[in-house]
Amino acid sequence: MTRRRPLYLLLAPGALYLVVFFIYPMAGMLWRSVSSPSGLTLRFYARLIREPVYFKVFVNSFEIALEVTLLTLALAYPLAYFLARLQPRATNLLLVMVVLPFFTSTLVRTYAWMVLLGSEGLVNQALVALRVPGAPVRLLYNRTGVLIGMSYILLPYMILALYSVMRGIDRGLLQAAASVGAGPLRAFWRVFLPLSLPGVAAGCLLTFILGLGFFITPALMGGTRDTMIAVIIEQQVEQLLDWHFASALSTVLLVVTAVGFIVYDRVVGMERLFEARH
Amino acid sequence: MRRRLSAAGVFQGVWSGFVLLFLIVPILVIAPISLTSSTQLTFPPPALSLRWYREVFADPAWLRGFRLSAGIAAMTTLLATALGIVTALALVRWRFPFRKAVYVVILAPMIVPTVITAAAISFFFTAVGLRGSLAAFTLGHTVLALPVATIILAATLQGFDERLEHAAMSLGASRVVALRRVTLPLIAPGLVSAAIFSFLHSFDDLMVSLFLATPRVQTLPVRIWSAVFYSVEPTVAAVSILLIGVLILGLGLVQVSRRLPGRGLEGR
Repeated sequence: MTRRRPLYLLLAPGALYLVVFFIYPMAGMLWRSVSSPSGLTLRFYARLIREPVYFKVFVNSFEIALEVTLLTLALAYPLAYFLARLQPRATNLLLVMVVLPFFTSTLVRTYAWMVLLGSEGLVNQALVALRVPGAPVRLLYNRTGVLIGMSYILLPYMILALYSVMRGIDRGLLQAAASVGAGPLRAFWRVFLPLSLPGVAAGCLLTFILGLGFFITPALMGGTRDTMIAVIIEQQVEQLLDWHFASALSTVLLVVTAVGFIVYDRVVGMERLFEARH
Repeated sequence: MRRRLSAAGVFQGVWSGFVLLFLIVPILVIAPISLTSSTQLTFPPPALSLRWYREVFADPAWLRGFRLSAGIAAMTTLLATALGIVTALALVRWRFPFRKAVYVVILAPMIVPTVITAAAISFFFTAVGLRGSLAAFTLGHTVLALPVATIILAATLQGFDERLEHAAMSLGASRVVALRRVTLPLIAPGLVSAAIFSFLHSFDDLMVSLFLATPRVQTLPVRIWSAVFYSVEPTVAAVSILLIGVLILGLGLVQVSRRLPGRGLEGR
């Protein structure tokens, strides 16, 4: 009665779809990165190393992704710790505050920050009102703007990664530590923190990898010195129409991302990625 | 000892409150900005008015963008949900070799930076002469929406007891009838979620659309992009509020559908 044979046919439509509209275009891009009218070439990759402008963009991107990862970790860790300790009903209410921005369009969220951080924006008004020396401060079209905007957009990923691990930590262990004489800080340091490290690893790796490929926020909120890889890929495709060089840049970003996810798979396990998202 | 505990507790509460405000304030701030009477983005607005909403609804370019995005998102929803349910069935029910490899390929569009996927897709559609066409937008958005739909549906199917289907078949239902009258009603909440998230993914997509757009054919996010790129005007705030409205409507529908598990069972 349960004929198993047709099940592999079920995989065919989706797989075929991705082969035609995803794998094949990606293969085309890889091919374009090493080909020119006169045959195979590595000159597009060579250009990337030889021209300091492009090399600098890669350095920038790594720096920004790293800084954003550390910022979001610092913001998210105490909040996740706090949320994991609350009653489930209160947590659900507060998680809405995390999830609503998570699902809001990145474009809309970036726009909101551009409004807030402008020279006459709410943040600068507050700084002026508080008589902060040097206010109004330039918060937009520079590194500060990029860091604020990107941290904001990636923060929910970090919170959810940390929260999903911390929720599973048995708080009884902290009481046990206290009962054998550990102070709260020591109990946290020696018991809770080590147990939460899988969440820290998952959140940091994910934030870093996603941050590396960011486009909208650095393009809109960054200055000329904060250009990231995705931004120059878009410029090469849309403005300079250099598909070959754009393909080489994309391939490098792709390889870096792939390495990142292989590490993620080894350290955290790919399955966690899908739990964390939905 | 006690004092330190409470100091740590206070720090934590204050920090958490600050981070929660950081998360929610930017989204809340858009609403008053969209209602300003001024052309400046001053806060608080000098007076309230609906002029920016009127501006949006009076501008055929915004309306065209909105209609185009909604149309593309609707088609993407159909395509991604249909492909997603079939793929999810295969992934959940069929114990095949190289399962992990197949998983990775199907989920790859979620992992690969969107700028790369978008560039590759735009090269492809430009080469076949479809750039700027409805088909190209829909097919491109479906690449991004398919993994999302598949994950949601696979999770739903994992929680579905296959024996119910077998029971129906042992009572004489054909495989198709069992699927339609037993399985589908039971996984309906998952289907609704998959459809809505596919819709939102397409509706919000900037990257693929930006690379496929032509000056004449621009989706809503592409229009927002060009508006924000050149000036931070309040029109965009009004459009943003409409987008957030669509999002809240979608998330609300997901919640409602979750309240109705297996409604089809007693109904028939």
